[in-house]
Amino acid sequence: MGTRGYLFGKVLRAFLTLLFVLVFNFVLFRVMPGDPASLLLRGTSAYNPQNVAAEKERLGLNKPLPVQFIKYMGSTLRLDFGDSFKYQGLRASTVISQRVWPTVLLVGTSTIASILIGLLIGIWSGWRRGTMIDYGSLGFTLFVYAMPEFWLGMLVLMAFAGGVGPFPAIFPTGGYETVGADLTGFAHAFDVLNHMVMPFFVLTVAYLGEFAIIMRNSLIDVMADDFVMTARAKGVRENQVLWRHVVPNALLPTWTLTMLSLGFVFGGAITVEYVFSWPGLGFLTVDAIESKDFAVLQALFLIFSAAVIISNLIADVTYMYLDPRVRAA
Amino acid sequence: MSVLSVRDLTVTYHSQAGPVPAVRGVDLSVDKGEVLGLAGESGCGKSTIVNAVLRLVPPKTKVTGEILLNGEDVMTMKPGRLRAVRWSGMSVIFQGAMHALNPVQRIGNQIAETITIHSQADEKGARVRSGALLEQVGLPPRRLRDYPHELSGGQKQRVMIAMALACNPDIVIADEPTTALDVMVQAQVLQLLKELQRELGLAMLFITHDLSVLVEVCDRLAIMYAGKIVEEGPSVQVFQNPRHPYTSALSGAFPQIGDRRFRMAPSGLPGDPPFPGNVPGGCSFHPRCPLAFDECPTIDPELYPAGIDRRAACLLVRGSERVEAAP
Amino acid sequence: MRPEPMAAPPGGPVPPPPDEDLDTVRLTPRQIAYARRKKAFVRMAKTYRKSAMGMWGLGILIFVVLVALFAPVISDKNTMVPTCTCTGAPFQPPNGEFWFGTDNLGRSVYTMTVWGARISLTVGLAATLISMIIGALLGIVAGYYGGWLEKLLMGVTDWFLVLPWLALAIVLAAVLGRSLAIIIFVIGITSWPGTARIVRAQTLSVKTRPYVERSRALGASNWHLISRHILPNVGPLIFANTILTVAIAILSEATLSFLGLGDPLSVSWGTMLEFANNAGAATTGKWWWLLPPGLAIVIVVLAFTMCGFALDEILNPKLRER
Repeated sequence: MGTRGYLFGKVLRAFLTLLFVLVFNFVLFRVMPGDPASLLLRGTSAYNPQNVAAEKERLGLNKPLPVQFIKYMGSTLRLDFGDSFKYQGLRASTVISQRVWPTVLLVGTSTIASILIGLLIGIWSGWRRGTMIDYGSLGFTLFVYAMPEFWLGMLVLMAFAGGVGPFPAIFPTGGYETVGADLTGFAHAFDVLNHMVMPFFVLTVAYLGEFAIIMRNSLIDVMADDFVMTARAKGVRENQVLWRHVVPNALLPTWTLTMLSLGFVFGGAITVEYVFSWPGLGFLTVDAIESKDFAVLQALFLIFSAAVIISNLIADVTYMYLDPRVRAA
Repeated sequence: MSVLSVRDLTVTYHSQAGPVPAVRGVDLSVDKGEVLGLAGESGCGKSTIVNAVLRLVPPKTKVTGEILLNGEDVMTMKPGRLRAVRWSGMSVIFQGAMHALNPVQRIGNQIAETITIHSQADEKGARVRSGALLEQVGLPPRRLRDYPHELSGGQKQRVMIAMALACNPDIVIADEPTTALDVMVQAQVLQLLKELQRELGLAMLFITHDLSVLVEVCDRLAIMYAGKIVEEGPSVQVFQNPRHPYTSALSGAFPQIGDRRFRMAPSGLPGDPPFPGNVPGGCSFHPRCPLAFDECPTIDPELYPAGIDRRAACLLVRGSERVEAAP
Repeated sequence: MRPEPMAAPPGGPVPPPPDEDLDTVRLTPRQIAYARRKKAFVRMAKTYRKSAMGMWGLGILIFVVLVALFAPVISDKNTMVPTCTCTGAPFQPPNGEFWFGTDNLGRSVYTMTVWGARISLTVGLAATLISMIIGALLGIVAGYYGGWLEKLLMGVTDWFLVLPWLALAIVLAAVLGRSLAIIIFVIGITSWPGTARIVRAQTLSVKTRPYVERSRALGASNWHLISRHILPNVGPLIFANTILTVAIAILSEATLSFLGLGDPLSVSWGTMLEFANNAGAATTGKWWWLLPPGLAIVIVVLAFTMCGFALDEILNPKLRER
């Protein structure tokens, strides 16, 4: 099959997955109990049969399903997700595009940090299996895994922004930048970073445990392989046995498993952004839940899914460079 | 002058169920240019000896005895000296080259790694030498760029041989080098090993469970059972005229095509070799021995002289030659 | 390289002794099977007892279940109702009357934490039951029947695994509404893929074992094979996986409740944190409100996870061979 076949297969799979997500999205909001119009108006003072009927007409819900589906696919491809309910007068896509950058900044950097630190801890832990270091990091990982990341966020917020007991209040209590300060250039960047420290810390710590465990287990598996014995018999120093022989092999399954965990990282972003009032897509999601802004919710679901699908695709493609066996297969 | 001399080697693994004595007092010696064969069924401790000799046993394993490589005691070497001696003094051709090579590294790099570690050669020099080594084992130098999965079983084994020779070791230990291969390929690899050993005057410790292979390649043979040597001597003599019942069974277990005796009575040995933690008292072979008598379960035989330059650990041998006990 | 393949691997399992004390002549096959399974269970329990992690986890679990069961005994439910006169002043730090202090409505944090155990455990177990049934069913069917059915089911499973879980759960809950049953349903139908994969892999390995083939050659029906051979061998693995899934389910419930999708009428640890967040407890340093529910979640999730890991080590064939 070769490189091209492998790539083509992976891209095709990603594409199909995305397609199914689109269909699922459509089905969910149209076929679920209660139509979107009622859902929108339920619980508000405007909820009466005439308004619901008018809303249905406006949303085109009376047309046959296949017609609706085609319309839906068409507008999705044009990135038109309808009007935002909460932010009257704005398109859903506009609302979303305003919040993309903060999320990319926060989640992007923390994911990279989390993976790097997690993998390193996993390597260290697996190499020194059974020692205090191993048990220590396992214990720490287990503890953090059991913690809801938003709880960790609230604790950090309380300690370092609110200040309680011996903890100093050195960080802002939320948001992206100091409101009303109108800073530019370096001062602005620094201000944003200042606001980002706590959510960044929380997101990084919350997930590095999982990456550490994945890497640790993979490393332990590889350490039992025959070629490690060969390397030692050849007189290779322990250090190099680890980094030149064991790690490159241990990275292979770790890479794929790590990418599979990304879905959870994005989920964590939702709650953490909420706790720290970080104005990104996660915060917007919670906002949209409260205000029943279904257009925005639908679009966000699509974006989150697409993000995971694309990162999996990137992982699959880069895997090719890690494992020569895949290139030849 | 012996290149490798092992005296009273004992290796006891540590396991959850208690200590497991895999090797229980083994003496071996290989002289310069000599090929010593070590034979026995799976589980007798052969591969453990290989690991022990290079100090590659798992942590918490107890190893006692003397292992002299060119007169130097391996057990007391400092880590730096040990690493230097590994491969350049004593190298190993591992069994199952399927997994003995790093799957994500090109074989050229794997061979070159040994050269750059043990000599002053630079990258280019190492590469040139690697190519020469490949040619020596019958592979074209361009295969240096291949990954292990691109080679067949026999080719991988040749690479292992080339790698073992890379640093001009004093002794090469071949641990079941042909076991995982097809019969036809086995013959080729064996032939290669024989030629190389003769050309380079290598000392070799050849480990296998296949006696017929050993007779072809080795000068002397040692037979192992349940962690101990039970017979040793010149290979042809041991094979044709075994003094220990186990050796007879092993050599009889290989049917000659066309020999009618084997059609009527295939001579497999009943039972299984004992688990290392579960060795029978007295002579460890007595439960499966067709010649066992009443003293066998009570006395554990030592290696008694059994002819010129031959020894066997069987009470029958002790009975026939009343000479002083084995050294 | 490992030592000789036939030697007992150092640190590995010792093969179990043959069942010499079973009277194979006079007992029926079913009785023999039952007796053997009971022995295997006892053996497993003995091994489990050796695991420190497993025993601690089990101990904590028992403690939590007891707290949940005896909630009315160890706390006064009325101190959870805002309108009761027995509640205290809002935002009281821990004191003699209210051991964990009070929240913004004067409710006793201690009482809410104790009663919250019931909700969290119930949701966790119920959702896991759903997830386990779906996952096991799909996994066995996919593994056993193979072919296009397997491809289809695994395709769906993989697709589910790719989706970001929280986004999916949020969307479902937002559309379906807020109630305990819906939360259980949502968590249940979003966590079955993990179980399905593991079950399928194990089914595949059991399917190819000699005794299954022999049974089929003797003319056993599919149902017989599945219920008598596959299920008992896949069962333990499902069980270990289930324990781990409960941990995830509890975390999921906490997250969904925290985001405002939980049942507005019940108090779980997640909703406690939701209230706390909405009342700005973090920035105003109301640590007594934040710590108990969060710690409770951590402890319970840890307990389930530890038990699950301990069981996994015993029952998972892959881990055992190492």
